[in-house]
Amino acid sequence: METKKQPLVQVQNLSKYFKLSKNDILKAVDDVSFEINDGETVGLVGESGCGKSTTGRCLVRLYEPTSGKVIYDGKDIFDAKSKKDKMELHKNIQMIFQNPYSSLNPRMTVKDIVGEGIRLHEKVGEKELDDRIEELLKAVGLNRDHMSRFSHEFSGGQRQRIGIARALSVDPKFIVCDEPISALDVSIQAQVLNMLKRLQRERGLTYLFIAHDLSVVKYISDKIVVMYLGMIMEQADAEELYKNPCHPYTKALLSAIPEADPDIVRNKERIKLKGEIPSPINPKECCRFVERCSYAKPICSEQIPELKTIDTNHKLACHLY
Amino acid sequence: MDKILEVNNLKFSFKTYGGIVQSVRGVSFDVNKGEIVGIVGESGCGKSVTAQCLVRLNPEPPGFFEEGSIKYKGKEITEMSEKELRTIRGVEIGFIFQDPMTSLNPTMKVGKQIEEIFIQRKLYNKSELKEKALEILKLVGISDGERRYNQYPHELSGGMKQRIMIAIALVGQPSVVIADEPTTSLDVTIEAQILDLLKDLQNKTKTSIILITHDLGVIAKMCDRVLVMYGGKIVESGNVDDIFYSTRHPYTSGLLGSIASLETKRGVELSPIEGTPPDLFSPPPGCPFAPRCQYAMEICYNKMPPEYEISKEHKTVCWLEHEYAPDIKLPCKIRKKSEVS
Amino acid sequence: MDNNYELKNIDKSEFRTVGKNAEKMESITRPNLTYWADAWRRIKKNKVAFISLMVIIVYIIMAIFAPMLSKYDYTAVDSSKMNQFISSEHWFGTDELGRDLWVRVWRGARVSLTIGFVATVMNTIVGGLIGGISGYYGGALDTFIMRVIDVMYGIPSLIVQILVMVVLKPGVKALIIAMCITGWIGSARFVRGEVYRLKEQDFVDAAKVLGVSNFTIIVKHLIPNIMGLIITNVTMAVPGAIFSEAFLSYIGLGIAPPECSWGVLTKTGVKMLRVYPYQLFIPAFFICTTMLALNLLGDGLRDALDPKLRGTE
Repeated sequence: METKKQPLVQVQNLSKYFKLSKNDILKAVDDVSFEINDGETVGLVGESGCGKSTTGRCLVRLYEPTSGKVIYDGKDIFDAKSKKDKMELHKNIQMIFQNPYSSLNPRMTVKDIVGEGIRLHEKVGEKELDDRIEELLKAVGLNRDHMSRFSHEFSGGQRQRIGIARALSVDPKFIVCDEPISALDVSIQAQVLNMLKRLQRERGLTYLFIAHDLSVVKYISDKIVVMYLGMIMEQADAEELYKNPCHPYTKALLSAIPEADPDIVRNKERIKLKGEIPSPINPKECCRFVERCSYAKPICSEQIPELKTIDTNHKLACHLY
Repeated sequence: MDKILEVNNLKFSFKTYGGIVQSVRGVSFDVNKGEIVGIVGESGCGKSVTAQCLVRLNPEPPGFFEEGSIKYKGKEITEMSEKELRTIRGVEIGFIFQDPMTSLNPTMKVGKQIEEIFIQRKLYNKSELKEKALEILKLVGISDGERRYNQYPHELSGGMKQRIMIAIALVGQPSVVIADEPTTSLDVTIEAQILDLLKDLQNKTKTSIILITHDLGVIAKMCDRVLVMYGGKIVESGNVDDIFYSTRHPYTSGLLGSIASLETKRGVELSPIEGTPPDLFSPPPGCPFAPRCQYAMEICYNKMPPEYEISKEHKTVCWLEHEYAPDIKLPCKIRKKSEVS
Repeated sequence: MDNNYELKNIDKSEFRTVGKNAEKMESITRPNLTYWADAWRRIKKNKVAFISLMVIIVYIIMAIFAPMLSKYDYTAVDSSKMNQFISSEHWFGTDELGRDLWVRVWRGARVSLTIGFVATVMNTIVGGLIGGISGYYGGALDTFIMRVIDVMYGIPSLIVQILVMVVLKPGVKALIIAMCITGWIGSARFVRGEVYRLKEQDFVDAAKVLGVSNFTIIVKHLIPNIMGLIITNVTMAVPGAIFSEAFLSYIGLGIAPPECSWGVLTKTGVKMLRVYPYQLFIPAFFICTTMLALNLLGDGLRDALDPKLRGTE
């Protein structure tokens, strides 16, 4: 029996609250725990307000958490105090942003955007820098001619690829992909997805893939975590989650996806969720999904369900089980 | 079938600093009574500009009609005056925009805004206004209408605002409603609700809908007929089964092949279409899709293909249909359930 | 459409499969313009702004060269030539002491324009730094600085300027100091607002994740994106400075003779208003047209330099 290698990233009881006013607390992320193994892709799914973006930003330390730890390669990233330690983290953990229109500085050329990280972390001469940038651009399907252009001259898909080249420029091991394809056209989404998979194979990368589209997430992830209003509802290996979804929310999410197949989509048994997505401000300390759940029992409005393991690698937070 | 809208060889361009951008390059289609027509394509294909041309919402200048006609119930839209257009916009031809955030007036209560539309279109007398507004809220599935009636747009969620936009568009029973990416900015479970609502209302009122989207799943769910646009032109058109199960254009087939669906096996590579849609500053003389098409022939780069009829409803604009072209069977990812036995 | 003709004349050879074209599939055909080139193009299109720009350039050139090229000195008194109207000898006439007004107007232009621009630029630098830091770091520091600014806004700046001028010796340097003490508030507020908005943009987050230091973010990422708006603001703030100088000199607290500025000229001109109105109207004309031109130019610059409009027309 192989001893299980320690996961590359361990999120332990991560919480991020925002104080909006004297009495209002927005619990964006509430006691979230999961693990990402080396070379793996974990998909983080949920709709608006579920806290997936906030979780992602905590992992790259754009936010300081209210409580909890994120262990990367054995060390809590929030313990890094010195400039050297912080720079070491920046070299290893990077992020790809959702909006290709606001994630590139409109006043910088592609060369500047992609070269910034390299210049910051290494001492390289001009010629070597140019070569490195060209190599990165080639890896994302662009070329040398694009180096002197500005971001507004590119399409959304091309801009996103520039963003990926930027994330790769410092040679990271772990990349948080924050809805990297949501803003792109369908055929471009496939390009970028394939590219991300190829880059992962070639460079041994580990991904946290944040998305609201379950079909995309299934395609790229090894494990999936489903969030709702700041808490984890269910998590499992990808195949298992789709074959055997247990949480009412997961089931509803899966049935809501419009399939690109008229026969299937018109005859699908739809689980219709009633109501709107409630607000994460001052949530009641009970199951977050209770208001929209058709199977709710009295206990669901009183107690937060624990995240329990119900099968290998399959965890569930629901009073029904 | 009653023809509500007849678009013939529509060509619309914009004058810009770098030259003329030809956004729509010869688009022709009809919309019949009671049907839902989907226009699918990616950014820059011209679908939004086409839709906005139908009610002359594009700014003219810098936009201008190069050629073509748009007939609404026999009347020519491209020649109407601003005054005539105002009697059509919103009244006979409704419009639902993508972003409900910017379509509602943030300083006016929701109920009042609905009533404003009634007043503008001269429906109902003063005493009935509130009652009718509450009816609309109920019709689109907003519970506790009394409370919502008195709220401001920012107090409502995106889904609710979009429901109100749909209500406003359908009030007064227009003959056609143009929905420009109505659910793109919404969450998946809310999108499902909104699409169900739209289909439901359409069944009741028999309004024709032109649904513009880049999401083939939405097309599959909602539409009777589909137009696929690329590079400012319609490259394939037909009823929904034709397009999904018997596609004949490499772009449509490429699009279908690049989608990850729940049925897609993990480990199987998606087959995306390499490259980027053409820059319409200087569109190529031949088929706009040629540089990205693996089946492209020399003629595809030089000459624009004509329209070929596969069946009465199914048409494609592709040189592969010519007798000289090699016989290609386009890869078909999905099969109609009844065919698989 | 000549479809039939074209279809008939197609040769089978044209149906040879060629496939994709890697070059064409990622091409960008639109022209590559930098931010400033694009802005210049837009200014040229805006006739009002362009004319205003030309007017100001002309005034600046005249201010530099006209006094040098004239045979008259701006202080030269000539009692035989008092209060003469516009003539071929004296293009703007003479004042009560026989001094040539043409030279005095352009000499005054030097002073007024210099004070106007220098004071405004200094205000912008000081205010910009304070506002930028306040907006970027936010929190308690931001709240504190904003409250200070709120308080200062409540004090009429003219009164402060008058007090300062009473304390210091009148002159160009003193005037600039007086205007800076209150003038930095406007740009502080405006830069803070812009920085506040910009720092929420994803590209700033991306720089932070790369490990870029705060200082570098402000200098390399934020300031270039605000530059256009800063230039617009400077252009529109200069008229205020010119007017302040004119007013202070008018009430005797600004420029002292023998130095002259447009404000000084208005002061001497007003005395002769009933009898020799041209002595007031000519300098007043220049003050008004300069302020108007700068405002119109500022309007045009705002449109030309707006980054949101780039590439969308």
